[in-house]
Amino acid sequence: MSDAVLEVDALDVRYGQVHAVRGVSLNVTQGGVTALLGANGAGKTSTVMAVAGVRPVAFGTVRIFGQDVTGKTPEDIIRSGVAISAEGRRIFASLSVEENLKVAGNVVADADVETERRTKLMERFPILGQRRRQLAGLLSGGEQQMLAVARALMSAPRLLLLDEPSLGLAPQMVDRIFDIVEELQDEGISILLVEQNATLALQVASHAVVLANGTVAASGDPEAIASDSVLREAYLAA
Amino acid sequence: MDIVIQQLINAISLGGVYAMLALGLAIVFSIVRLINFAHGDIMTFGGYGIFLSLAFGIPPLGALAIGIGAAVVMALAMERAAFRAMRGADVVALLITSFAVSEILKVLFQNTISPRPVPISLPAAWSSSYRIGDVVIGVGPTISIVVALVSLAGLTLFLRRTTTGMAMRAAAEDFEMLRLLGVRANRVVATAFAISGVLAGAAAVVWTAQRGSVDPMMGFFPVLKAFIATVLGGLGSLAGAVLGGFVVGAIEVMTQAFLPDALSPYRDAIVLACVIAALLLRPDGLLPARSGARS
Repeated sequence: MSDAVLEVDALDVRYGQVHAVRGVSLNVTQGGVTALLGANGAGKTSTVMAVAGVRPVAFGTVRIFGQDVTGKTPEDIIRSGVAISAEGRRIFASLSVEENLKVAGNVVADADVETERRTKLMERFPILGQRRRQLAGLLSGGEQQMLAVARALMSAPRLLLLDEPSLGLAPQMVDRIFDIVEELQDEGISILLVEQNATLALQVASHAVVLANGTVAASGDPEAIASDSVLREAYLAA
Repeated sequence: MDIVIQQLINAISLGGVYAMLALGLAIVFSIVRLINFAHGDIMTFGGYGIFLSLAFGIPPLGALAIGIGAAVVMALAMERAAFRAMRGADVVALLITSFAVSEILKVLFQNTISPRPVPISLPAAWSSSYRIGDVVIGVGPTISIVVALVSLAGLTLFLRRTTTGMAMRAAAEDFEMLRLLGVRANRVVATAFAISGVLAGAAAVVWTAQRGSVDPMMGFFPVLKAFIATVLGGLGSLAGAVLGGFVVGAIEVMTQAFLPDALSPYRDAIVLACVIAALLLRPDGLLPARSGARS
């Protein structure tokens, strides 16, 4: 039980009258990848944003690395070793590629460590290195997604929240993104992977949770969920 | 020809003050969506800082530095005491809050110092003039232009080169995402207010050096013009605020210089008519703020 790096317990998120998330519980184990699946509007992003501290938790608790972080500021949550690549990528379009990384490097106390990480990330994602001086808004969708992931990695997180990393990308780029997810997993980073692309997500996940209308419709072994045709048709449209 | 050059200098000098004030408004607005009506009182407070320092016998340059420092302290105090609690409230609630802050400060200035103008006596040399060829140039406007250009250049360097500056630009685009990178919101917001304080303080220095007095309403009219400048330039756009400031300053000086006396009571109306005309052609302002690309 306590090898979970992220434990969400009976989470409720409300926006005024809208009850976006109702009683959602899920775990990410140390080194594991939990896929959070479901149709548009099922409450996936609300769940992630509540975990990150930017949506109010109406009820329930969020524990990260064993610490209760419910109600903490996003700054404190992120600084405890969590990073997020948000839905829609949300790169800073008017900043250069490298400036995007430098802004994320704000959380790194040691300037030498920050420079080294930034250099390494630009080597790991060569397109970012080549375009370091270009405005991030001029990158293609796939390149922006890589920047969003690289930016998240600047803080050397132990838990990564990846929200819809493949959304709107060309098939080749989708494959590349999932390769990166597997690489990160191999490096020992625990991942909460939010995806609409259930087929690919279930291939890399060690655990899967399916949301529908803000509640957990199913959870368990990815292979079992992948082979459950009723579930797939009802919630995953795949 | 000489008169044209002299008026040009006046225009840049006045426009520089508006630009500094407009930039202070814009940098705060771009990050916390606050239209800070109390910005003028920050400037006024800076002016009183200069007045009090001189009254206590501090030499002029020191007094001006204290004036700028006082403006920064006031800007930070305002953020901490009033605006932090209102963070994330809608634009109207924030605007009303800033009205309240402004009113409280004006009453405090009136009751603790004086409702009437108090004199600021800076060295006589500062209000003299010098000559280049046939053109007579005032020392005051020169100081004004230099201070404005140094402030604008300094701020540009800060925003371009330092990571804090980059974080401020990022905050203007997507503040929530910046927090999701672990960057402390309070620090970014406080920095924005501090910068607006420096700029308001610098404006107070230039303004008092040229006018020789401070009163509780000192900041009101220039900041009103600066508001117009930010709207003209494009609300939330920093480059737009600067351009808007210079444009408003230029129109004002030109109407002052070249308008027949009979029309002079309509000067502000003419300035505003020009602004309205410009906004009809470019509703988002001259240099609109870039909106964040969220696909």
